[in-house]
Amino acid sequence: MVPLSYYLILSAILFSLGAAGFLFKRNIVTIFLSVELMLNAVNLTFVALSYHLRQLDGQIFVFFVMVIAAAEAAVGLAIIITVFRNRESLNVDRINLLKL
Amino acid sequence: MGFNVPLWLIPILPLAGAAWNGLWGKRYSERAVGALAVGCVALSFLLSLLAVWYLGETPRIESYGPWIAAGSFQVNFNFYLDPLSAVMALVVTGVGLLIHIYAVGYMAGEGGYCRFFACMNLFLFFMLTLVLAGNYLLLFVGWEGVGLCSYLLIGFYFRKNDAADAGKKAFIVTRIGDFGFLIALLLLYWTFDSLNFAQVLPAAAGFPVETDASGPLTLICLLLLLGATGKSAQVPLYVWLPDATLGPTPVSALIHAATMVTAGVYIIARSAPLYVHAPEAMFVVALVGGVTALYAATIGVVQNDIKRVLAYSTISQIGYMVMACGVAAFSAAIFHLVTHAFFKALLFLGAGSVIHALGGEQDIRKMGGLRRSLPWTYWTFLAACLALAALWPFSGFFSNGQILWEAYASPYGGTGLWLLGLVTAGLSSFYIFRLFFLTFHVTPKEVAAMPPEEGGIEPARAPHHPHESPPIMTWPLIALAVLSLGGGWIGSRFLFGGSDPWSRFIAPAFQLAAIPGEQAAEHPAETELLFMALSLLVSLAGIGLAFLLYQLRPAIADVLQARFRGLHQVVLNKYFVDEFYRFVFVRPIVAGSSELLWKAMDMAAIDGTIHRAARRTSRVGDTMRRMQSGNIRSYAAWVVLGAILLISFLVVWVS
Repeated sequence: MVPLSYYLILSAILFSLGAAGFLFKRNIVTIFLSVELMLNAVNLTFVALSYHLRQLDGQIFVFFVMVIAAAEAAVGLAIIITVFRNRESLNVDRINLLKL
Repeated sequence: MGFNVPLWLIPILPLAGAAWNGLWGKRYSERAVGALAVGCVALSFLLSLLAVWYLGETPRIESYGPWIAAGSFQVNFNFYLDPLSAVMALVVTGVGLLIHIYAVGYMAGEGGYCRFFACMNLFLFFMLTLVLAGNYLLLFVGWEGVGLCSYLLIGFYFRKNDAADAGKKAFIVTRIGDFGFLIALLLLYWTFDSLNFAQVLPAAAGFPVETDASGPLTLICLLLLLGATGKSAQVPLYVWLPDATLGPTPVSALIHAATMVTAGVYIIARSAPLYVHAPEAMFVVALVGGVTALYAATIGVVQNDIKRVLAYSTISQIGYMVMACGVAAFSAAIFHLVTHAFFKALLFLGAGSVIHALGGEQDIRKMGGLRRSLPWTYWTFLAACLALAALWPFSGFFSNGQILWEAYASPYGGTGLWLLGLVTAGLSSFYIFRLFFLTFHVTPKEVAAMPPEEGGIEPARAPHHPHESPPIMTWPLIALAVLSLGGGWIGSRFLFGGSDPWSRFIAPAFQLAAIPGEQAAEHPAETELLFMALSLLVSLAGIGLAFLLYQLRPAIADVLQARFRGLHQVVLNKYFVDEFYRFVFVRPIVAGSSELLWKAMDMAAIDGTIHRAARRTSRVGDTMRRMQSGNIRSYAAWVVLGAILLISFLVVWVS
């Protein structure tokens, strides 16, 4: 049996990767994928802890997160497509109409 | 009992006139405005006559329903007519009527005709409210109202700065007295649980005499006296009255000589039952009155402005009345109030006639020789001067004599007060005849020959044919002259054999004010006659001196003036009291309010705090704005930073 800490460490690594991508990548699609990565890192934690504690709460949370992620992906991708149509670019640094 | 005039009609008529003239007067001719104003006052006078005619032994009290009802505190609209308020109402409406008639001529062609008459009528409304009020609070309403009208009318020529300032001065100085009055009201309610005369006065009569000066009655009386010194221009609050002469002359005659300024005497006489139970307060009243009488008379001797001489004379004469109140001679005080109203109104109106004839000149050194050109004014003015100088058989003789006698003979009086009064009487006859000779007798040429003084006399402006005033102005003068001549007879104790109609009429009003415990010492009639002869002698001496110094040998006056130059300057400048007040009270208050209240408190503390808070907020906002750079990745950084902070907080907090 794989110990709980392995799952948690993996989840932390995934989450950190997602956060780093979220901060440092310029491509909006990559950023979007980073967010998904973070969400799934959290999902992994939930499931692992749920299994470990013998409780279903965590699993239910995961379903919720997946539903939210699916909805977010739909909306987010639609926005990305619109932005690309208008700006002909996926670089977030150039989406700066509101810049100071 | 006969026919009872509803008392509320008496004051309401002038109010109606004031409202009509004030609101719609501009649409009508001067004639109509004047006729309405005079008509209202005349009707009101007739109604007062009727009401007084049918006045019985007991005071008439009319109540018109509750005014203020708060718990146990209950004040009604009620009017109170007893001989005292009857006399006051008659003087106010009677003299007021004559002055209104005079003013129709005097104000003709001046701007603000309807404003003038609206204010005059409004003044009469408040004055009648004051004298007819049945409780102290309603009286206070009238008291403040006449102050307002006085302010409006002193500043009638509001384009002139000094007139506007004089109005403010009058209002503010009398407010100091009103403050005392207000506290007296609270104490009255606290002591008697009522403000109605009908309850307070009998209750006060049942109080024991306060021997020490700390009882409630003494306190109330002293505070009422403070109110009276403000309104009646007594030391130390007299300073506003001389400046009040900057208003139109009929105003000076009506408000600042005949009626409003005697309100202080009225309130003391009205509260007589309280005063006689507070001997310490009585002594202060007598002292204030006596000192004011003498002090103002000395200033009157050297003033050169015709209206200012009369103003100081008014202060001095009211001091006389207050002194009479202070020796419990209330009847004599009110008697003098009446005769004084006649002759002082006449003096002011005569002065107005002179000023009118000379085209606005008020300096008596530039006048002279007006006897021929102003015959009516001359003779009526002479009658008033003789009355003021207290010469037999003019009205002033009787009232003056009574006051002097009481000042000596009353249990509250004494030789000191009597001497004060006697010297004042001499000075009064001197200054009024100085004024008289300089105005009407000395020819302008002689005036011009006098050596120029400080400030210099400009070469006398040749009066371009001074003309007598129109009949509408001379008739009131004649009526007042007749009253000045004959008005005193009703109070002549000797003519009517010990019980004159005046004393019989006014006595019920002062029944409750009988001096408790003490029996007035009996003095033989010869002593009283001797005193009258003495005061007559002093008056004659004053007239003689004025005749000598200003008619026969003007040179002596100049020599005296040069000899006592320092003293003359001090008195001419009114003992520098105005300067003293300015230095001690006005300047610190102005400095305190502009430096401390305005600049330190308002500008620095309050405004400063608000401004600083606003500036700080905007600076913080400026800084925070930089977080919203518009750069998406910086937003991402903020989110991560926030999450890290939140999580670390939770970790620290939970563990």
